[in-house]
Amino acid sequence: MPHTLTIHELTTQLAARQLTAREATQACLDRITAVDENLNAFISHDAQDALAQAAAADAAIANGASHDEQPLLGVPIAIKDVIAVKNQPLTCGSKILGDFISPYEATVIGKLRDAGATIFGRLNMDEFAMGSSTENSAFGPARNPWDQERISGGSSGGSAVAVAVDECIAALGSDTGGSIRQPAAHCGCVGLKPTYGRVSRFGLVAYASSLDQIGTLTKDTRDAATMLNVISGHDPRDSTSIQRDVPDYASGFGENLKGLKIGLPREYQAAGLDPEVRDSVDAAIKQLGELGAEVREISLPHTEYAVATYYIIATAEASANLARFEGVRYGARVEGSDPESMNRATRGAGFGEEVKRRIILGTYVLSSGYYDAYYLRAQKVRTLIREDFLKAFEEVDIIASPTSPTAAFKIGEKAGDPLQMYLSDIYTISANLASICGISVPCGFTSGNLPIGLQLLGRPFGEGKILQAAHTYEQATDWHTKRPTIN
Amino acid sequence: MEYETVIGLETHVQLKTRSKMWCGCANEYGVDPNSNVCPVCLGFPGSLPVPNAEALRLTALTGFLLNCEVPGLAKFDRKNYFYPDSSKNYQITQLDLPSTRKGLVEFELGDKMAQVRITRAHLEEDVGKSTHFADYSGVDFNRAGVPLLEIVSEPEITSADMAYEYLNALKSILEYGGVSDCDMEKGQVRCDVNVSVRPVGQSELGEKIEIKNMNSFSGARRALQYEIPRQIGVLRAGGSLRQETRRWDDVAGITDSMRTKEDAHDYRYFPCPDLMPHTPSEEWHAEVRACVVELPLARKQRFMSDYGLPATDAEVFMNDTALGDYFEKAAKGTKNFKAVANWVMNNLQAKLVESCVSVSNIKFSASAIGELVGFVEGGKISSNIAQDVFGEMFESGKSPADIVAEKGLLQVSDTSELEAFCREAIEANPGPEEDYRNGKEAVLNFLKGQVMKASRGKANPQLVGDLLKKILSS
Repeated sequence: MPHTLTIHELTTQLAARQLTAREATQACLDRITAVDENLNAFISHDAQDALAQAAAADAAIANGASHDEQPLLGVPIAIKDVIAVKNQPLTCGSKILGDFISPYEATVIGKLRDAGATIFGRLNMDEFAMGSSTENSAFGPARNPWDQERISGGSSGGSAVAVAVDECIAALGSDTGGSIRQPAAHCGCVGLKPTYGRVSRFGLVAYASSLDQIGTLTKDTRDAATMLNVISGHDPRDSTSIQRDVPDYASGFGENLKGLKIGLPREYQAAGLDPEVRDSVDAAIKQLGELGAEVREISLPHTEYAVATYYIIATAEASANLARFEGVRYGARVEGSDPESMNRATRGAGFGEEVKRRIILGTYVLSSGYYDAYYLRAQKVRTLIREDFLKAFEEVDIIASPTSPTAAFKIGEKAGDPLQMYLSDIYTISANLASICGISVPCGFTSGNLPIGLQLLGRPFGEGKILQAAHTYEQATDWHTKRPTIN
Repeated sequence: MEYETVIGLETHVQLKTRSKMWCGCANEYGVDPNSNVCPVCLGFPGSLPVPNAEALRLTALTGFLLNCEVPGLAKFDRKNYFYPDSSKNYQITQLDLPSTRKGLVEFELGDKMAQVRITRAHLEEDVGKSTHFADYSGVDFNRAGVPLLEIVSEPEITSADMAYEYLNALKSILEYGGVSDCDMEKGQVRCDVNVSVRPVGQSELGEKIEIKNMNSFSGARRALQYEIPRQIGVLRAGGSLRQETRRWDDVAGITDSMRTKEDAHDYRYFPCPDLMPHTPSEEWHAEVRACVVELPLARKQRFMSDYGLPATDAEVFMNDTALGDYFEKAAKGTKNFKAVANWVMNNLQAKLVESCVSVSNIKFSASAIGELVGFVEGGKISSNIAQDVFGEMFESGKSPADIVAEKGLLQVSDTSELEAFCREAIEANPGPEEDYRNGKEAVLNFLKGQVMKASRGKANPQLVGDLLKKILSS
């Protein structure tokens, strides 16, 4: 069952010639055929193209290519449908792009290809990454494999589901306010959001440019480190990517946690935190303490403003970023009598409700007379939130919390109440505002057998530290090995 | 009641870069529609802008050329509006922290000097170009993303002529600095005019009217020559003006209303999150500043004061900087600057044009012109011989001294030798001799010509004249 393997297991078997890349890719494709009709993790996939890449990887291995040089050689990796892959569809979970095929490739995809990966599939997501449940996908929700009546989380819901049910070995997602970590928590896999600027955004369709960051969904923390090593680094095509060396993110694996200081934000003990989630996370933190970490309470005083701040900045940026979808150059078009009526008709028909809501909100907060009260003030609060974190990181190395206040909720449960939906991002949103890194790892299950995620936040460019802590915890537990039974 | 005019200009200038502002596509005019395009300048989903370093450099250089402040911090903003020629439906521009601000342009207006302060010169991206066909429209995005400088003047221009001279001065400064080719036909310079009128003595400004769609500086002048009396006429007739945007109709020679203030856009500016603020170092500023050239007006004034040249000559050297630079080399160490200037502007320029040679490929050294002038002034060769020597210099690159020596062209000033030539001429032409004696002085020139011919032009004409008179009168 090659599709159930992790990256490190699969590459070991490929290197030992116990398995071919083609077999691994075929196993993933078969798995998609078997389970995806219900789960809806993939919007589309190009089996022929995937198998051709896998065959090329097999040929390379036969010619002596090594996984030391190409750590993902022959590994099938699926991509959230918001990252451009040359000659593949790019829908962003929306109808508005119509049958758009990307003529160019994101920098991360180039890096994955250089590392030998087999790039396949377009993973389901909330339209333009706006949402926390994948219910906002124009292609229908991705369903939670632990309970198909429930949401997968979002916006990278398809990515989390595909990894959790072994439709791929690993996946790329994007995280603007928790969009990798939250679905990872809901589906029981590992979700890593790197520091802003660590991974190039070139080729990632922008939702909120100052918050978006590409990250990984994997079956364990070692795979997360491997993936991050491949996709990180400065990109001259992205002015916001940082010139900074890429360390070996797995270098701290195996070391104990002695001396590691973990902070628990006082403000995160908010109402709305599900007791079962709280208990699991408390137990996980206790276990981290037993593994050598020093746990203490910290304060992030501006936490209560994070959600409001996020929804001003993110929607303002989105209102401009999504202006290009109007039917002139590409994508779907609804004809009109003049350009303006064509724009209106195209956007009216092409965008879903949540996207329209956020565009209108973002347009409003940037409007003449409101800019200072909303956008400018939100930028100031954002600075305060970032300072909260930087100050806390003078005292502690890592901040721990639940990833989400509840386990996966029912499909439709919060769909009519956007504010409730927004509040479910309370623990994840601040990391994007503060431009720091974060990871979600499985840490237990509810009584209803739904996965619970532990979130570890790290300093800017502190991915090595959170990966080390998460890996040590993972080694001491078996939550990450649990797989849902699909009927 | 008397009225006065207040004009401010917004001039858009395409920068002379090889590639576009945010991508590697060529900044090139006149190619097939949509051939210089890529995912970035087409605004494809996921694409990101990367600033063109040369555009940032040319912007700062413009700042220095226009006597602007060039701050150590500039940023880019998004200006949001929907239009089919805008690939992202926002334009990346600079709102509150432009790359340059607070400058000054000086220029000649009639026989006086005039000044216009520059509010700012900021960097932005050009948009595509719409073309309307019978039943559809097309957009060419070759121009989309071309770096564009918007130069905003203070509202202190007071007449159509002043606006026209300001624009010309601006254009020549930018051409001079190598910032832009300012080719109007290629749309590399475009300007919008803001104009209002008010009763003389009133401190607050009248209602501002913006005029668009002028394709040339003379178009801008004509638009103002139409618009200013129109506004005054409305007020004189007891009417009122309101803030609006008007379009110049070049064929009809009138402006008409496009939109009023009520339909003004809310551009919802905000900082572009895809771009970091531009924070150049002191060293970078110094490097750019080192590229600042002498401005045209200053050059003209210097040629007049340093070399005592008339304004028309100084303008020749202002307009053709290569020729002017050559003149300065040639004039070095000489005294008769005007004579050197004449050789450069007339003989040299003519030779360059007829033989399609550029100044940098002239064979002889610049000091040779001074040498040649010295020969003529010192009576060593005649002006006519000097023309031949110059021709030879131009062909072979040899020095005047070598040519004169080789060809034996030294002017004959030996009286006895000349006297022999004169007597031969008189003997050979008895008729004119008779005429002269009868008082027809004009025949002297004929005899002089015969002597010059016989001496192959080498005879000193002054001396020949004197000798002939002496012989004939004796």
